[in-house]
Amino acid sequence: MADLILTPNLDNADSFYADLVAAHDGLDRHDSDALNARLVLILANHIGDTAVLSDALKAAALKDTR
Amino acid sequence: MNKIFEVPLYPYERSPDQDAATSVRHKVIVIGAGPVGLAAAIDLAQQGVETVVLDDNDKVSFGSRAICFSQRSLEIADRLGAGRKLVEKGVLWDAGKVYFDNRQVYEFNLQPDTGYGNPAFINLQQYYMEKALVERVRELQADGAPIEIRGQNKVEAIGTHDDHVTLEVETPEGPYNVEADWLIASDGANSPTRRMLGLDFEGRVFEDNFLIADVEMQADYPTERWFWFDPPFNRGQSALLHKQPDNVWRIDLQLGNDIDPEQEKQPEKVIPRLKEMLGEDVDFELEWVSIYTFQCRRMERFRHGRVLFAGDSAHQVSPFGARGANSGLQDADNLCWKLKLVIDGKAPELFLDSYSRERVEAADENIRMSTLSTEFITPKSDMSRLLRDAVLDLSEHYEFARPLVNSGRLSTPCAYSGSPLSSADALNGPEVTRPGSACPDAPLGDEFLLPKLAGQFTLLTIDADAPDSLEEGGVTATRLALSVKDDLTLELKRRYLGDAPSAVYLIRPDQHVAARRDKFEENAFRQAIRRATGKE
Repeated sequence: MADLILTPNLDNADSFYADLVAAHDGLDRHDSDALNARLVLILANHIGDTAVLSDALKAAALKDTR
Repeated sequence: MNKIFEVPLYPYERSPDQDAATSVRHKVIVIGAGPVGLAAAIDLAQQGVETVVLDDNDKVSFGSRAICFSQRSLEIADRLGAGRKLVEKGVLWDAGKVYFDNRQVYEFNLQPDTGYGNPAFINLQQYYMEKALVERVRELQADGAPIEIRGQNKVEAIGTHDDHVTLEVETPEGPYNVEADWLIASDGANSPTRRMLGLDFEGRVFEDNFLIADVEMQADYPTERWFWFDPPFNRGQSALLHKQPDNVWRIDLQLGNDIDPEQEKQPEKVIPRLKEMLGEDVDFELEWVSIYTFQCRRMERFRHGRVLFAGDSAHQVSPFGARGANSGLQDADNLCWKLKLVIDGKAPELFLDSYSRERVEAADENIRMSTLSTEFITPKSDMSRLLRDAVLDLSEHYEFARPLVNSGRLSTPCAYSGSPLSSADALNGPEVTRPGSACPDAPLGDEFLLPKLAGQFTLLTIDADAPDSLEEGGVTATRLALSVKDDLTLELKRRYLGDAPSAVYLIRPDQHVAARRDKFEENAFRQAIRRATGKE
């Protein structure tokens, strides 16, 4: 079972970040939020592993790291 | 109007108890002739325990009420001698459609689950369930079993004592007093017994109202379950359309918690709503309309001395998942064999606390599951709604999101984890049959496994040796010897052996696993019987 990766892992970080921002271009707040929600669900399904997802939820809360 | 509602099924008759000089003492009195009370009475009478059912009415319950009966309920009904009738009358379905807003997001076809004697569930009005159980009571009476139903017998007062209960009962011919060693209170969500004993009903977590309509129509809709999230005809809420026998369709419209129930029930309010849902050109007739309010809560414990609470009187859940009547039937299933052992002096009275322990666990599981469904159907925060809508939108395009759609998770039997009656798992076997679980059925050639496990302790051996029976403290477990070769579909192996080459199971009278090992070991199984009967 793989651990949650919290070190650099993106093939092309700048390009992904630009794509993520661009995906929200022209969307109002509600549609942007909805897009993010769909994206989270798609990525979560791709990961699948409960333990990794649970660690990701904790990591996103920015508690007890640093 | 269906005439089943009109005909008294158990009309009032004067009982000799009413003319007795002193109160007559019965072994068990059951209050309430709903599915749970009737099931309990039949179960006890089949074991020779003298039982009287008192009901303030004399007919089946009005309207469809519970309409979805699970496989486990059908298995229990089989053991009570009423299962076949239910399956013959019930509607089987395996397909459904899910709508979001104004569009269909997906449809599903449940894979037929094979290797079980009963279907995964049937749709059947509660009144047919009650009718089938009353007919079973009549059969038992014809065979001389000690069982009786008294219609229009309303319990007005209850006195509790260390070793019995006294009741004051009102009838059309005036009151009388009667006593029982044991009292089963299956008198519904508003249980007068609970109130008379001054007991709390705790843990209210959720409130909602549902408009329930039974509609008779000659529609050629397929036999499918249709569920709407946030439809135009019921904004912000949910709706369900489901088929019952006799061309009766059940429509559930969620109304939220801030409504005027009396106003919502009026035909001039209901009919336009239904037309919007079904289409202007569909002819239908309203058979029954009711506003149903529920809360998710349970009693702290289900046993109070000689009074045992079962069904809605002990716990209430949201309707999502059909966990009301189905869990009530499992209460009766769990309770009756235990009560029989205590009455026979083969288990201590405290053994009955295990009924409360196990069924409280089940009630908590049902409340948890139905609360998850409720949160999905009626999101409580903006973000919860956003995520819910994201799941529904994705489900239209991608298969992965469909299992996240939660319009109710159908009742499954609780596997009592850590029950004091279960012995430690001593088999490297499948999860579904670990101690505490309800035995899953399995095919045995032309027959099935569960009917062979009916109503007594069983020592199930699969490719293992054991004596024909094992007696411990007056309780006998009878061997059922099987081999994986008895089931060419290999379900028996999959469900009971897994990778183990052989297994011995101790199975309780309610078909739950008490213990399992790879081989028979006399001391271990003697201890397991003692544990399963509250003596260890």
